[in-house]
Amino acid sequence: MPINYYIFLSIALFTIGIVGVLTRRNAIIIFMCIELMLNAVNLLLVAFSKMHYLKSAAVNATAGADGQIFVFFIMVVAAAEVSVGLAIIVMMYRNIHSVDVNFLNRLKH
Amino acid sequence: MIPVLLILIPLLAGLATFFIKNEKIVRLWSLGVSLITLVVSIIGLSVNDGSSYLSFHGEWMQTIGSSFSVKLDGMGQLLCLLNAIAYPLVILATWKNTYKKSNNFFALMILAQAGMMGVFLATDALLFYFFWELALIPMYFLCSQWGGEKRIAVTFKFFIYTFIGSLFMLIGILYIYSHTPDHSFSLESFYSTVLSKKDQTIAFWLVFVAFAIKMPIFPLHTWQPDTYEQAPTATTMILSGVMVKMGIFGMLRWLFPVLPIASYQWADFITSAALIGVIYASLIAIKQNDLKRLIAYSSIAHIGLMCAAAFAQNTSSLQGLMIQMFNHGINIIGLWIVVDLIEKQFGTRKISELGGIAQKAPALAILLVIVALANIALPLTNAFPGEFLMFNGIFSSKTNYYLWFTVMAGMGIILGAVYTLNMIRKVFYGNTNELTSNTKDIKWKEKLVLGIIVVIIFCFGIYPQLLLNETSDVVKTILDKFEIFRFTIQK
Amino acid sequence: MNLFLLLIVIFPLAGFLVNGLGRNFLGKRFIAFNACGQILASFVFSIIAFLTVKENGGQVINYFDFINVGSLKIPFEFQIDQLSSIFLLIITGVGFLIHVYSTGYMKEESHEHYGRYFSYLNLFVFSMLMLVLGGNFVIMFIGWEGVGLCSYLLIGFWFKKQEYNKAANKAFIMNRIGDLAFLIAIFYLIARVGSVSFSEIFSAASLAKLQATDATIITLLLFVGATGKSAQIPLYTWLPDAMAGPTPVSALIHAATMVTAGIYMIARSNLLYNLAPVTMDIVAYVGLATALLAATIALKQNDIKKVLAYSTVSQLGFMFLALGCGAYTAAVFHVMTHAFFKALLFLGSGSVIHAMGGKQDIRNMGGLSKKLKITFLTFVIGCIAIAGIPPFSGFFSKDAILLSAFEKNPVLYGIALFTALLTAFYMFRLLFITFSGKFRGTQEQEHHVHESPVSMTIPLIILALLSIIGGFVGIPEVFMHGGDQLGEFLSPVIKQHGEHTVSHSTEYMLMGLSSGLVIAMIIFAWFKFRNYQRKEATGFGKVLENKWYVDEMYDMIIVNPLNKFGGFLKSVIEKSVIDDLVNGVGRLVNYGSRQMRLLQSGQVGNYVLLMVVSMVLIFAIQFFLRK
Repeated sequence: MPINYYIFLSIALFTIGIVGVLTRRNAIIIFMCIELMLNAVNLLLVAFSKMHYLKSAAVNATAGADGQIFVFFIMVVAAAEVSVGLAIIVMMYRNIHSVDVNFLNRLKH
Repeated sequence: MIPVLLILIPLLAGLATFFIKNEKIVRLWSLGVSLITLVVSIIGLSVNDGSSYLSFHGEWMQTIGSSFSVKLDGMGQLLCLLNAIAYPLVILATWKNTYKKSNNFFALMILAQAGMMGVFLATDALLFYFFWELALIPMYFLCSQWGGEKRIAVTFKFFIYTFIGSLFMLIGILYIYSHTPDHSFSLESFYSTVLSKKDQTIAFWLVFVAFAIKMPIFPLHTWQPDTYEQAPTATTMILSGVMVKMGIFGMLRWLFPVLPIASYQWADFITSAALIGVIYASLIAIKQNDLKRLIAYSSIAHIGLMCAAAFAQNTSSLQGLMIQMFNHGINIIGLWIVVDLIEKQFGTRKISELGGIAQKAPALAILLVIVALANIALPLTNAFPGEFLMFNGIFSSKTNYYLWFTVMAGMGIILGAVYTLNMIRKVFYGNTNELTSNTKDIKWKEKLVLGIIVVIIFCFGIYPQLLLNETSDVVKTILDKFEIFRFTIQK
Repeated sequence: MNLFLLLIVIFPLAGFLVNGLGRNFLGKRFIAFNACGQILASFVFSIIAFLTVKENGGQVINYFDFINVGSLKIPFEFQIDQLSSIFLLIITGVGFLIHVYSTGYMKEESHEHYGRYFSYLNLFVFSMLMLVLGGNFVIMFIGWEGVGLCSYLLIGFWFKKQEYNKAANKAFIMNRIGDLAFLIAIFYLIARVGSVSFSEIFSAASLAKLQATDATIITLLLFVGATGKSAQIPLYTWLPDAMAGPTPVSALIHAATMVTAGIYMIARSNLLYNLAPVTMDIVAYVGLATALLAATIALKQNDIKKVLAYSTVSQLGFMFLALGCGAYTAAVFHVMTHAFFKALLFLGSGSVIHAMGGKQDIRNMGGLSKKLKITFLTFVIGCIAIAGIPPFSGFFSKDAILLSAFEKNPVLYGIALFTALLTAFYMFRLLFITFSGKFRGTQEQEHHVHESPVSMTIPLIILALLSIIGGFVGIPEVFMHGGDQLGEFLSPVIKQHGEHTVSHSTEYMLMGLSSGLVIAMIIFAWFKFRNYQRKEATGFGKVLENKWYVDEMYDMIIVNPLNKFGGFLKSVIEKSVIDDLVNGVGRLVNYGSRQMRLLQSGQVGNYVLLMVVSMVLIFAIQFFLRK
């Protein structure tokens, strides 16, 4: 499959993520959109990694899987983020009985 | 050794003053310290030039090429003397003024003296900057703690104004520093640095802004009348008598010899601004109703003339400028003392509310008239030789507009007579009113202080050569730099 | 001679210091004795100096370096020569008489003010002596400003009256305008000649260095300086106002000595002026115009001192006319005779004012000749002298001036003669209104009128004698060969210019014409004013009474606009423009940060949006602007 397809899909996912983050006010949905964006990046990393794998391997046997390793990193970070983020959202719901981010403007004052 | 003493005595004594609790002892202590400083500076004056006692070199921040090096030359001697004379006079004249937490007040005053001494003595650019700020910061606290009603706003303006200037100066100093051949802040390497015309212009404006604000030059002067009005009188005396001279001094020591091409190139422009300021300030002084503001504007006018003379850049003008820096300091302190006496007695500085004081207080009136006439440079008073030489310098300067400059400066002289005489007429002559009908004449202490000032006025008015001899070498050094660079320009 | 000259100056200074510092505890008698004694000592030394100069010629004495900077050397030096020795005699001689007169005139002042008065007067003599003895323009300038200061102090002597103080300020400030020109002239000389000393500037070598335009500019500037001090157009208006001072002061400062400083200065620089014919013309025209203008104003004045003041301005104009015509000796001669008769007239008017209890309006006087015999007689002598009737002193000096004007241009002569006639007319108008007819004041005043004490009448008598015989030092050639002793004496300083171009017969005719017309004028005045009745001036007379409205014009053109402009600068430019600009910078920073603060809305969405937008921008910039 040509690389373009992956790229277009990734762009589409990423844009959906951005638009979601910008337009939605529900913290959980924003969270999901962020995950979407991360996964769009992951997809791209994997795609490019696959594309360049053979060429790199010919030069250096240990090289070529960097992109895919990166994806694992991102997944770990995302998992950590989700655990902290969801905890924050739970605390938020306990305090203000809402998960609407627009109520979170106390720092302004 | 002497320059170190001149800085250390007030510095240590000032720090010690913070811990003295008894108010009376604080006064006596400060007076004593200032007298010791005066003695040391007089000793400094009498030591031969070139003597090893007059300079000191100590390591400070070797890695960046800065050292603690100080030197007492002719110009420094004159200004240190002014600084040293000013303090005892001011302390004596304001003996009766009470301050809350007087130990802090006097401590800050003496620290400011140390800072100014350092400015006049430093031969290292970073050290110069350090002392420049050291002089400014006590002034900030003095004005903001012990000042008049509007002190907070006014002091804020004063501080921000001068501080912005100082920062520009720091950038300018670093700019020149980066071009020095041996990466050093010392005066010698600054003097030996050759910058291109463009670099000189940049550095010139960076550094000049600080001096222009400090002097101050029209139109950067608006902090001054407010500050003089709001600051406690003792601080005002030091500010206008000694501190504004830092600006002129800085130009002569750190600007002209380092950046001669730019100083020469921008001379006409700055002289015009300074002289417009002379007329402008004089005209405003005519319309002032507040004695303090009147003297503040008169000071702006005089400083404008001095700045113009500095930029005339010839022997006559610089020699005149040197002695005028000293004499203007003495005269204006005298004027402030009189204003302070009036304010203490009547509780007002409004010219329109006063009148007829001469009938009840002849001694005060006579002393004021002498000081005021000295301020407008009547012959045989100390300001005359200085102003004469400065005028002559402006007239014989190399610019094409010398005639205009002389006439404009001359307008300042005429207008100076107008506002001074009007002030004397309205405050001292005429009939007494309810407020002034019970005026008491001054006591011996005030008579003594003003008497000393009058003696200085006549002494240097009749024999100015005494001061001129001190500074002739410095003038020559500055002008030699100009000659060399003018020569290279022509080549 | 060294110490000698210094002593001439130091005596008055000592008098000033002693009287000034001790005015509170010294007795009046001591103060008077001290003041007069110092001037007398100075006078005696001046006579000796005069005789020495007559014997050995002049010399320059250098005391110490006043200013010595680079190539500019200004020594503190005195120059005694023929010209300065004559002025020394006038200043100390007339000064002494006026000091003596003052002891009587100021008797009613409290001893503190009495001391102050005499110390000022001594200080004035000191400054005036500095002025004439100064061996260079700077020392001269010291005296020049010094006399201005004393004039200021003495005009405002009675400082309770703000009117007087205003007059004092006006005098000082107008003088300062002139002084500025004087200073610039000095700078010009320094730039062109490199020296300020008379001995160097007036040497042939230095004069040769000067180009014609330089000489013209320098002399013009000096002349402007002289117009300030010597009350010429356009800076003359301070002198009539200066009459606010005590009358002896008017006599000494504003008639006999200080106001002649300008003439001294120009006579001193005669070699310079000879190089500048344009300036000479201007000096002559300005002098003549001043003489005429002041004489017309004097016609209608009703204050006894104001008449004399304008007469002084007019006579000074005559002196400048003489200077402009190159007749420096005639000008100095007139300075001398004028010092005698104008001091006499002023002191006489002081005596009248004394008798009238301080009132000065001549419309309320009249018939005083019977009660004030000595004053009247001496006043008559003064009037005859100033009118120029032979053989009184004024005749000789005025005739010398008229003759020089005739040589230059007969038109000048015509106008000058007309002015001289006006002089005779207004002086005798003053004399007749004051002394003849009936007394027009109140009964009380009439009762009070009395002759002045001896201390006042003796100076009057001495000055009257001098007014009669003072002219004999300069008898013109036509009467007596070698009669012009003054001219001969001054010849080392002022070169006599060759033979007269006017024939003897013409000279006789001119003298006869002027004397005859003057006498006719006096007779006319007698018929017009012997029985004066007061009436209001109308039409042109009113313009003259109001001094051509020159003061009002100056106020309108210069003083008020400057005042308004100052107010405008203070309240508009300073407050609203410059300070607002400065504060505006501060406010801008404040405003800016307040606007930036809005960005921190606390809305997470906004932050993210901003983040995205700026990311996109960065990418766009990277993408499009990468080379």
